[in-house]
Amino acid sequence: MLRRLSAKQPEKFSFSKANLKWAKAQLKKYPKGRQASAVIPLLWKAQEQEGWVSKPAIEFVANFLDMPEIRVLEVATFYFMFHLKPVGSKAHFQVCGTTPCMLRGSEYLIDVCKTRINGKQHSLSSDGSMSWEEVECLGACANAPVVQIGSDYFEDLDKESFEKLISDVETDELLVPGSRSGRFSSEPSNMTRKYSRKKLSSENASVERFRG
Amino acid sequence: MLKEKDKVFPNIHGFSDRSLKGVMARGGWVDTKTIISRGPDHIIKTIQESGLRGRGGAGFPTGLKWSFMPKSSEKPKYLVINADESEPGTCKDREILRHEPHSLLEGCLLAGIAMGCSAAYIYIRGEYVREREQLEVAISEAYDKGFLGKNACKSGITFDVYSHHGAGAYICGEETALLESLEGRKGMPRMKPPFPAGSGLYGCPTTVNNVESIAVVPTILKRGSSWFSSLGRKNNHGTKIFAISGNVNSPCVVEEEMSISLRDLIDKHCGGVTGGWDNLKAVIPGGASVPLIPKSVCDDALMDFDWLKEQRSGLGTAAVIVMDQSVDVIKAIWRLSKFYKHESCGQCTPCREGTGWMMRIMERLVKGQASLDEIDMLIEITKQVEGHTICALGDAAAWPIQGLIRHFRGEVEDRIMTYSSKKAIQAAE
Repeated sequence: MLRRLSAKQPEKFSFSKANLKWAKAQLKKYPKGRQASAVIPLLWKAQEQEGWVSKPAIEFVANFLDMPEIRVLEVATFYFMFHLKPVGSKAHFQVCGTTPCMLRGSEYLIDVCKTRINGKQHSLSSDGSMSWEEVECLGACANAPVVQIGSDYFEDLDKESFEKLISDVETDELLVPGSRSGRFSSEPSNMTRKYSRKKLSSENASVERFRG
Repeated sequence: MLKEKDKVFPNIHGFSDRSLKGVMARGGWVDTKTIISRGPDHIIKTIQESGLRGRGGAGFPTGLKWSFMPKSSEKPKYLVINADESEPGTCKDREILRHEPHSLLEGCLLAGIAMGCSAAYIYIRGEYVREREQLEVAISEAYDKGFLGKNACKSGITFDVYSHHGAGAYICGEETALLESLEGRKGMPRMKPPFPAGSGLYGCPTTVNNVESIAVVPTILKRGSSWFSSLGRKNNHGTKIFAISGNVNSPCVVEEEMSISLRDLIDKHCGGVTGGWDNLKAVIPGGASVPLIPKSVCDDALMDFDWLKEQRSGLGTAAVIVMDQSVDVIKAIWRLSKFYKHESCGQCTPCREGTGWMMRIMERLVKGQASLDEIDMLIEITKQVEGHTICALGDAAAWPIQGLIRHFRGEVEDRIMTYSSKKAIQAAE
């Protein structure tokens, strides 16, 4: 699929101090002279920092990894997770539309996106705070339908819970990732009752953190 | 039903303690040093005897694959873990990565040592950010305890494990595309030969294995190959993680014995098909790329490699997509065609162009806006794509359509006829 860089580009790009430190550490993962391996993680970090991948970011990464710019451009345009133009400032909704999610109602979620965000995917809402796109399988099919915002999955959605999710983004509520049907992960629903969330050991706090 | 004590992944749903302490209490990282001391040949032999077949879709015997790695090599050897789980319907590796990452890491060490590898790279799909964070926590725990790195598990061997991630390309689940991507390029599959065992990552001997294949290795080595091969039918041994999605009352990911009947799987774990078993229309038993099976076949289907292959379908990744009578099965397959069109890397012409043709014809078949002979034309296109591309994505795009026409040709024809008669009436008015 043809993907081009945005017509509007910022002047320059550079990693924040913390990200630069992180990027240098990444290079240690790969053998000497194979630093090009880090191109996807670095572009991803650039996207996390700025919200999208700009031309200066591509040039910066190329320079950092001592790669020809065209090779980095190739990578940035090939992989669909790289946004080549700005997305919603508050949230970019990635709605999975592939068959397992479709069977459980992702089309309704897409309708909600069309009415509440923008009729067209990859386009900003009127205030620029939100955007959406239909993505291919997110790999959480037992929790379908699924929507990804940033790093988090929102699972077992239906029209109502998705409407609520959008409202929460609008009003800057803290978003709690995970299942909307009360499941802990992807267990059969009759198991959920057996393990109420209170009983989960404190060692699982790291996961609980992501659940808000 | 699989007994609790036979489960390889007791914490698959993440209810129990997943810190290293909890993992070790469940038997993880216990006796690892003893197993290593028995030597690489012993590890490979045990895995071969256990009958473990690769869990990534093709079902190739894992031990045999390992034996292809050259014994001596001037170059370093690598183990690469394929955690680029993107096949529609498949969500089993996600549970291992976030809830049982230590079983994967221990498996990496044992498999790596068996093949004489110096390091393992775990390539996770880009969307699994939280899963990657969980895995990285586990990696640092293992390093802190001295299980990985220099003198791993006091074995005297240095073995490193690194996590790496992609950025949303299904094609990177193909092993050579994954290696390309890991080297920092577009994920376009390489021609084979040379096979990765000869020239893989950075031109060095490499074995690429699925997450689940490697994560079951420590348990097999600890409990013995005969325990593993006592589960399941002949040539289809062990336990398997099934991911059931679609029209069931309770979609879920569960570990079960290989060769469990489809009906038991759905009725016992998923609360049955929505509206009851008789409301079932068809099932895609192994992820998007395998042909669907209609209810008549589902009635006595066994979930293993060989049984499903005999029905001209496949176990694939054991991702069961259930469709009840309310589903427009033509549309469901069209959506898969759209997926493959989107994910074709564009390297081989039959796939790049063919996936688009197939999707567009399917789009018209959903409405019935086609002529009857176009069904055969569509089948011919799938045959032209199948087997004429570097990797199997072309085949994967062709098979679901072939399955649809094989089992639901009547329904496709009905829709075409309904559409054309409606048009004729409109024209007459």
